[in-house]
Amino acid sequence: MSTQHSRSAAKLMIAPATFLLFVWMLVPLVMTIYYSFQRYRLLTPDRRGFIGFDNYVNFIDNPAFWSSMGNTLLLVGGVLVITIVFGILFALLLDMPMFGQGIVRILVIAPFFVMPTVSALVWKNFFMNPVNGLFAFAAKALGLQPYDFLSQAPLASIIGIVSWQWLPFATLILLTAIQSLDSEQLEAAEMDGAPALSRFFYIKLPHLSRAITVVILIQTIFLLSVFAEILVTTNGGPGTASTNLTYLVYAKSLLSFDVGAGSAGGVIAIILANIVAIFLMRAIGKNLDS
Amino acid sequence: MARAISTRRKIGITALAWALGLLIFFPILWTFLTSFKSEADAIADPPLFLNFHWTMENYFAVQERSDYFKHFWNSVVIAGGSTLLGLIIAVPAAWSMAFVPGKYTKDVLMWMLSTKMMPPVGVLIPIYLIFRSTGLLDSKTGLVIVMTLINLPIIVWMLYTYFKEIPGEILEAARMDGATLREEIIYVLTPMAIPGIASTLLLNVILAWNEAFWTLNLAASKAAPLTTFIAGYSSPEGLFYAKLSAASIMAIAPILIMGWFSQKQLVRGLTFGAVK
Repeated sequence: MSTQHSRSAAKLMIAPATFLLFVWMLVPLVMTIYYSFQRYRLLTPDRRGFIGFDNYVNFIDNPAFWSSMGNTLLLVGGVLVITIVFGILFALLLDMPMFGQGIVRILVIAPFFVMPTVSALVWKNFFMNPVNGLFAFAAKALGLQPYDFLSQAPLASIIGIVSWQWLPFATLILLTAIQSLDSEQLEAAEMDGAPALSRFFYIKLPHLSRAITVVILIQTIFLLSVFAEILVTTNGGPGTASTNLTYLVYAKSLLSFDVGAGSAGGVIAIILANIVAIFLMRAIGKNLDS
Repeated sequence: MARAISTRRKIGITALAWALGLLIFFPILWTFLTSFKSEADAIADPPLFLNFHWTMENYFAVQERSDYFKHFWNSVVIAGGSTLLGLIIAVPAAWSMAFVPGKYTKDVLMWMLSTKMMPPVGVLIPIYLIFRSTGLLDSKTGLVIVMTLINLPIIVWMLYTYFKEIPGEILEAARMDGATLREEIIYVLTPMAIPGIASTLLLNVILAWNEAFWTLNLAASKAAPLTTFIAGYSSPEGLFYAKLSAASIMAIAPILIMGWFSQKQLVRGLTFGAVK
């Protein structure tokens, strides 16, 4: 169908993008792996040398690593559960007939466009601050003791902030999916006397399953790398109570200047992300075929 | 009768949806209101909702103290520059994959997507060290390069899904009429592709504007965009609620407005065409 000429032109047009992405992926990856086997501290750069798996052993044999793994899992899992459960409920609600639907959509989607540093600071200062935050005022008005969210429950607070940022994304995607549902099927079920709850479980939820999968996978990719929210609220503390893997690697490499250990952590993060990525690629690849 | 019930139902749903929508939006609304308060009003107990003395002084104070416009300009250059550069590289690639698909097109697309799965922290150290030794650290050029590369897969994918929808017959007709490849692109494809390119541009400006891992780690002062500018209010200036609010609103307002216009594209772009 296409001529030889247009084929070679096509290859030429793909080349820059492919080449750049190839370099962008390969060079840093090779360097990270190389550094991960080196003793390399920026403060004593002349004492460099090959040390085998020592960086990995030291990185893993550290209580901070295991707590960061736990925190990463809790953060990703917590945000996923919150955003998907409420995302489904909101999407179902927004799909119903109402006045001013467009405006409600705009209100609900807004947090997604707020940059992470802003949303973290807004929640930290205006809401969670134990002296001047709105939650503290509310607690005092009810005669309760104000709660210091970010030092008493740092991880849960960050989960809350991140959920607020991602709820719009889940809602919007699930709403788009619900709206693509064939209404005849629902009407038929309604005529046959199927109650609302079974219409939801037997028609809507199965229809949503693919959108839910996509939400889970894409959010997981982003949530594994949550960084700014932790940096401006707790700095990973108190102790390592809110340090995730991304923050731990940052702290090792750019705060303790230990390039070797940071790189070992980076390689571990890459391996974890790849496990998730395999599932994501499968789901999206399926769509490409259809 | 049935109609009366459904209207009542509709009003109930409307009330519930508006209440939830306002609840989700409240932190932004509250920040907006606080930005017009005096510092004393901003921490008044009980909190003041609308009944305070409105003032613009915080906006001027923020500009004076931390040079908002410098950071705003950095954000514009980084987000806009990386998006334009990305489009220049991605448009030809997406065009050829959509209209002249080869045996490996699908594999190339999937591979491009897979580069997006690389967690940034995994390559932070090499990029940081390369930038440090080449003088790209804390430079707009360096951030434009990084932003272009991290968003390139999304740009290619979005364009690809849009280009796919352009009927190939039109191009073949143009070819039959003796149009060269260049003419084909300029006179036939471009007008049909503009809406898709515009959506891609919009979404990528938003993503690059809000990106906060690379900007926080690679740009400390000179090239610092608004993400870093706001992080500077973390402490102790964070205690000045009214000024923090003004700074926050100034950082998010441009993108919030753009974002509201790009809701539909957002779904499509961020799911790589899997949900439309």
